[in-house]
Amino acid sequence: MKTRRLILGYSRFKNYIRRPHIVIALVLLVILLFIVLLPFAKMVQDSFVWQFADSRLSRDANPGGFTLFHWKRVFASALTKNTLLRPLYNSLAISLSVSAGAMAIGAFLAWLVARTDLPFKKTITTVAVLPYVIPSYIHALAWLNLFKNDRIGGAAGVFQYLTGLSPPDWLSYGYLPIVITLSIHYFPFTFLLVSAALASIDSRLEESGEILGASRIYILRRITFPLVLPALLSSFILTFSRILGTFGTPYFLGTPVRYYTLSTQIYANIINRIPSVGYILAFVLIAISSVIIYFNQRLIGKGKSYVTIAGKGFQITPTPLGQWRYPALGMVTLLCVIAVLMPFVLILWQTFALYPSDYSLRHLTLLFWIGDANTAFAEGEAGILRNPLIMGAAWNSIKLALTASVLAGLVGIFIGYAVVKGRHTRLSAAVEQMSFLPYLVPGIAFGALYLALFSHNIGPLPAIYGTFFLVALVCIAKNLPFTGRAGITSMLQIGSELEEASETLGARWTMRFRKIILPLSIQGALSGFVLVFITVMRELSLIILLVTPETRTLTTMTFRYQEQGYAQFSSAISVLIIVIVVVGELLSRKLGRKGSI
Amino acid sequence: MGTPLIEVKNLRKVFGNVVAVDDVSFAIREKEFLALLGPSGCGKTTILRMIAGLEMPTSGEITLKGRPVFSSHQGVFVPARERAVGLVFQSYALWPHMTVFDNIAFGLKVRNENAKRIAEKVDDILAYMQLEDMQKRYPQEMSGGQQQRVALARMLVNKPDILLMDEPLSNLDAKLRLEMRAEIKNIHSQTGATTVYVTHDQVEGQTMASQIAVINRGLIEQMASPKTVYSRPANLFVADFIGYPTINLIEGRTGRQGEAWGVFIEEGRGFLETSYKNLPSDMKVVAGIRPENIRIAAQPQLNGLEGEVRTVLAAGPETVLRVRCGGQTFNLLASQEISLSSGARINLVLPPDSILVFDQETGRLITDAA
Repeated sequence: MKTRRLILGYSRFKNYIRRPHIVIALVLLVILLFIVLLPFAKMVQDSFVWQFADSRLSRDANPGGFTLFHWKRVFASALTKNTLLRPLYNSLAISLSVSAGAMAIGAFLAWLVARTDLPFKKTITTVAVLPYVIPSYIHALAWLNLFKNDRIGGAAGVFQYLTGLSPPDWLSYGYLPIVITLSIHYFPFTFLLVSAALASIDSRLEESGEILGASRIYILRRITFPLVLPALLSSFILTFSRILGTFGTPYFLGTPVRYYTLSTQIYANIINRIPSVGYILAFVLIAISSVIIYFNQRLIGKGKSYVTIAGKGFQITPTPLGQWRYPALGMVTLLCVIAVLMPFVLILWQTFALYPSDYSLRHLTLLFWIGDANTAFAEGEAGILRNPLIMGAAWNSIKLALTASVLAGLVGIFIGYAVVKGRHTRLSAAVEQMSFLPYLVPGIAFGALYLALFSHNIGPLPAIYGTFFLVALVCIAKNLPFTGRAGITSMLQIGSELEEASETLGARWTMRFRKIILPLSIQGALSGFVLVFITVMRELSLIILLVTPETRTLTTMTFRYQEQGYAQFSSAISVLIIVIVVVGELLSRKLGRKGSI
Repeated sequence: MGTPLIEVKNLRKVFGNVVAVDDVSFAIREKEFLALLGPSGCGKTTILRMIAGLEMPTSGEITLKGRPVFSSHQGVFVPARERAVGLVFQSYALWPHMTVFDNIAFGLKVRNENAKRIAEKVDDILAYMQLEDMQKRYPQEMSGGQQQRVALARMLVNKPDILLMDEPLSNLDAKLRLEMRAEIKNIHSQTGATTVYVTHDQVEGQTMASQIAVINRGLIEQMASPKTVYSRPANLFVADFIGYPTINLIEGRTGRQGEAWGVFIEEGRGFLETSYKNLPSDMKVVAGIRPENIRIAAQPQLNGLEGEVRTVLAAGPETVLRVRCGGQTFNLLASQEISLSSGARINLVLPPDSILVFDQETGRLITDAA
């Protein structure tokens, strides 16, 4: 009897395990454990353990032993104010101000484009998205090229060159420039979110109000606004959480005047070999953004009912702007000039300046692009197009972006398959939630997690710090929430019946995957692929802690040159990055259009 | 009789804490055409998917052609691809990235048939389904009816002994549906394949099937021939679900008047004589009568009710009348010639031999043997 039950149990288990989506889900779960949960656990552990470098800080240091030293240092010591509280305050202040700024610009622009008869809407949409496509710190570099003063060190910017006035520190560095440049970078994000929400409101809902005798303002206040309110709040929250973890801009514009945010403080601590403190600050960042995203999920859950208003005969009647039509266009054009054209011109101009602070036409040069290696100049570095280091970094960037996007895309398809096929099972829910976790972790913190885990060997596995593989792995893991989402969406659209049809005709799983699932999901995966490619191409905060001289990318090279004061080089590399991502973006639009047919 | 071709025993499927299929058993013989008929969400599609092997039952047994393909007792589960059944989906599930030819040839390629044989077989089946010249089309370039034919062709080209169809006609317009109904019936008689057909459309079930299983909340309410299901519904659910306009149900208590057993209608509106030879006395029951069995008479008669016409719905050859008698509205079918308008007072006659009596408590049909 007992053996019979055992045999039965075994055959039941065999039947359970024989289903391909179960196998895939289990494999994914193991992978996700390894690349998502394990780093987190390791980071928690490290924060409680004496590190070797800690002997500099404390005489009690006993490397490898348990300690609350790091937690005390962060939360209850003389250093708490400078390590935690000020950076936290700065991070929150920046995030709030930028969210508000981006929201104001983005929502207004969204309303103009989605709801009014503004001319050239299509062009405006294309151009307005560009600030978000390029790396966020490029606006910071452009700002420096414009407003840098000569007091902090390094050369002055265009403003001083043209006017002879040295800009005050508050204009060159710190809170104000960070808020302005990040607002410019993030408004397209809110613009996209809000215009999607606005486009989903049937004009007839507003017209019914009009027929009942309501005024335009009243309709806007009582009908339109409540309908988009969840979307507005949600875009505010999402923008907020993104800015919280942003690293490049506060680093370039904040650290020179010792204005730290949580993200730059994490970096500083890790660079100064107090990683445990960095990890604890990363927890703070993760905790804040988890809470924020949790609220957003609840909000979206509630707001869902509003989305169903779209139905048959859906229509949008644009609101006429009347005499405001051309002034509005003028404002939008000005915005595009400030957000897109001016930074690009500033960056480009900088690359041609022979002396960092001399922008005169006489001293324009192509040396930083195509110059020979010459010891008389830039410590013997050749122009970027002839510099093997930079070409190597460019190749690394492209290799990294390609690897990460292909693999993240592929894993995304598998996640979609396992999750959709196993809908309503605990296993499927576990895979879905785990793949979403990296979304909660800001880039710099995620990099810190990987640094904590992979700088030592794990059991029989050797330490992979310093390898290309590690950098690729972190990029893949960080992008899984997006590709996994995309995979789930496209699998839901495909539906399970297309695969089942081939199953009843006798096809094995490998054949079903090759002939049915993959060809059908590749369309949807392709635009996700380009998205990840662009994201990785401009990635800085995620990988800055993990790259080594062999694995450096264009973005980290920009970072190094900027640190060393070669604004021309960092600007020239930025131009290179801009060209690559903008081409990628335009390509993805083309693909997207093809996919919709 | 022989062994049944498809046998399902104590089949059960639970999703989370929702019981989709709750203890279903049935068996059908070779060449039968079974319709699983029921309202949406009753579990009929889940039963079909479990037979196909696409869904793992929670418990029970399924035997196809004498071979156990699922048994929770013995831990047997044969996956769909090894069951060799043909399945047509409600959505057709044609692969949008493949031509008609590739769609149909898929099952043959899986079996590694040679290219020449495949081309011949696809040609034959396309000719049979009247889809010549469509080989290079993509599904999205075809009409709904043509897609349906391709889906059927894809299933038939493998010559399965068992055909499973999941509401295959529900996406077609009324005219095409009628055509395809005949077509599927034709396919069934020509191939002789044992067929299980899921539908919520009772007319489809009635016209095509040799057996109907009426399913409700994961249970089979009745399984019988279409005729029996209609004229001798096993319970109130089946009586109410089958037939359009729906059956008229009148509550009352059993009793005798003279020699005849019948039902005293509530509120003392009278006595309905039945053709039952015996009934338990003074039992709460529901009397049922199909709309087409109610006659209209010039004078009050035995088993007659007086009423007022509320609505007249003329629909082609037949007219549906809704007549108010006391507190109850009756549906009846009258011939086209009748000219009545709402407000008219008429006499209804409920012939004793067309009255069915159901136990009000259990809902079961009371049979005369009792």
